[in-house]
Amino acid sequence: MIYNIPYIAVVGLILIGLAAVIFKRNLIKIVIGITIIESGVNLFLITLAFRENSTAPIYHGTGSRLMSLPVPHALTLTSIVIGVAVLALMLTLIIHIYRHYKTLDVRKIGGDEE
Amino acid sequence: MILIIDSILKTLTTGSGFWNPLVWIFTIAIVLLLMYILRGFGNKGYKEGTEQTKSFLSGNEEYEKEKMHVKASNVYWGFLETFRWLYKRFDKMHTGNVSDYVLWFVVIMGILFLIIGVI
Amino acid sequence: MSDILNTLLYHSPALIVAVPLLGAFLTPLIGKINDKLRNIFAIVIVLITSFLVYLLVSDVFSNGIRTYVFGGSSPLVNNSFAVRILFEVDGLNAFMAIIASILAIAGVIYSWSFMKENTGLDKYYTLILLMIAGMFGMILTGDMFNFFVFLEITSIASCALIAFRTNQGSAVDAGFKYIVISSIGALFILFAIGILYSQYNALNMAVIANSISYGFLDKIALVLLISGLAMKAGIVPMHMWLPDAYGRAPSSVTLILIGTTQASLYGVLRVIFSIYGKHLTLPVKTIGDTNLSLSALIGIILISFALLTILIGVLMALKQNDFKKMIAFAAVGEIGYMLLAFGAAITSISTDPLTGSTILATHGEVALKGGIFHIINDALDVGLLFLVAGAIYYATKHSSLNKLGGLARNMKYTTIFFIIGLLAVAGIPPMNGYVSKLLIYQSTFQVNPILSIIAILCSILLLAVFVKVFHSAFLGPKLPKFKDVKEVPKSMILGMGIIACIIIFFGLFPNLILDNIIDPVARAIFDYSAYIGGVL
Repeated sequence: MIYNIPYIAVVGLILIGLAAVIFKRNLIKIVIGITIIESGVNLFLITLAFRENSTAPIYHGTGSRLMSLPVPHALTLTSIVIGVAVLALMLTLIIHIYRHYKTLDVRKIGGDEE
Repeated sequence: MILIIDSILKTLTTGSGFWNPLVWIFTIAIVLLLMYILRGFGNKGYKEGTEQTKSFLSGNEEYEKEKMHVKASNVYWGFLETFRWLYKRFDKMHTGNVSDYVLWFVVIMGILFLIIGVI
Repeated sequence: MSDILNTLLYHSPALIVAVPLLGAFLTPLIGKINDKLRNIFAIVIVLITSFLVYLLVSDVFSNGIRTYVFGGSSPLVNNSFAVRILFEVDGLNAFMAIIASILAIAGVIYSWSFMKENTGLDKYYTLILLMIAGMFGMILTGDMFNFFVFLEITSIASCALIAFRTNQGSAVDAGFKYIVISSIGALFILFAIGILYSQYNALNMAVIANSISYGFLDKIALVLLISGLAMKAGIVPMHMWLPDAYGRAPSSVTLILIGTTQASLYGVLRVIFSIYGKHLTLPVKTIGDTNLSLSALIGIILISFALLTILIGVLMALKQNDFKKMIAFAAVGEIGYMLLAFGAAITSISTDPLTGSTILATHGEVALKGGIFHIINDALDVGLLFLVAGAIYYATKHSSLNKLGGLARNMKYTTIFFIIGLLAVAGIPPMNGYVSKLLIYQSTFQVNPILSIIAILCSILLLAVFVKVFHSAFLGPKLPKFKDVKEVPKSMILGMGIIACIIIFFGLFPNLILDNIIDPVARAIFDYSAYIGGVL
């Protein structure tokens, strides 16, 4: 039962992140919600790699022990880098939106000019 | 070149109909020829600049050109007026609010979970 | 000479992605020397990539599947374990690569003079080459996580290009909406990839297809993959970012963005037909004494989404007053036609009792050919209409239809291209839209007559939408404020002319295209065992 707690935490993080994106009105809070969803998915990928009584998958040269899987570690690193790039882009766009509309409320921006 | 001529002579069958571009070109050529002959029956002479070339609006005056052109939001007025009840609901869907777009995504994911998971 | 061609052909899947990527990083350096040199450099890179695509496509259509392994000679280790990243090109991948290369050539040539008055053009050309590289990577890959990485590369580059005109507030807002929607969809796709990895210990599409079963976790992965990819492809009711993003971007960017949306639709097809292909004919539930197979269930889901998409796309297009937003809603409706054809094809699938392979009924084959032909027709037609909208914005600086009028006297070439695009979108002979829509109407009639009736009605409504645009923008008396509007520059006419010539060519010689290009693709979609055999 104790080894199922990370999976429950993953589902909890994704639901909290989705609730922040859907129900909050401030643009910065929507971006924080997306970051929380991404942390949840990264936690899921790392949890898949764990084996009981294992060490990090690096050879030391003094005998071998049980190692956790290295492939999900590589997938998680790629995903973290992609997340940083997307976060930087979103925050830059928020700066431009604030300069134009003078507000951060998501219901007041982005109408069409007739 | 032989390939192209050969493929224009084949017809495209769909199991319940066909389409042959050669037949279409032939038919359009006959129709255009008929149009040209009928146009030749008309009256050839007219004088420029007199009453014969001005537009006729049942005796009313003609305004300046910018006011005479029907604007884009007034074309199809009858159709849009009849379906006002439908368009009011569509406009409530397309709000422009990014949180509502993610809400639609979660709703569709939930419906698909129910269909594929239960059935 | 043939030795060099053979080497190029052997390495071509990797070169098709690598050449635009290298060009994207060299463009700012060349831009410091001269501006014209940078534009010519971008066009040369796109032409080299199209030549490599032509080599690869002509080989795949005659010789079968081609696999390219990165960093090794065989995809298997110890003859049983597939561990390397590979690009696998079969008929469907080659077809999407043709569409992507045509759109890329037309877009880069058009943006020579369309973007001339803007500043920051170094960044523009870098981002366009990066977007083209990401699009080709998404189309050619055979590995699930590689697909996710290229999907994210393409969406980041597209978002920066949509928000290119930062002096207008609405364009930046459209870019923000696009990146939020795109990144949430991609994160759910990554979640599904993680679930599939945990079950089968493989990230390769062919290995997953070989050993897949239909348990509880596989059902969750299927739902997450279909909804994430459908949101990126613009299927109702998750389509609402599409009119804002297409309508407020510069027109040459919208042309290549159409290719990106079609690549997400390709992702949906690859998941349903190749990865879950083994289970399509197995029964899922028994009601009474009839078996409900997975193919019938997915077919009904796709057809109901397709009907909603067609109706809502066309009805919302009638109401708009902004030129590009109206064309974007028509593009949403056209995606519904493709999905209708694929749904009708998949409901007619069954197993041959003698040989055990999956076969289609006759109307299923016709529907599949119509759907595949409609992918390339829709990309060309809607692309031509967006280029015409860009030409009008360049000439008059207005984009709202209320302020235009009487432009046909000044801009003759643009009017002719617009008439060709109008006839092609509405499905009127002799354009290519007529051929693919004829195949779709006559095959979906056999499934249920109501589908065909709704499809024909909405085609006529599309004709009504574009006749409204034609009247408001081109016909009418000569307005005095547009007295000195001239024809657009030659490179824009060249970009539009390439697409118009291809449209008329496809319409007048349909058998040439159907036998040589569409037939191998239709045979390759349902053949998941050949896709698996390319690796194992």
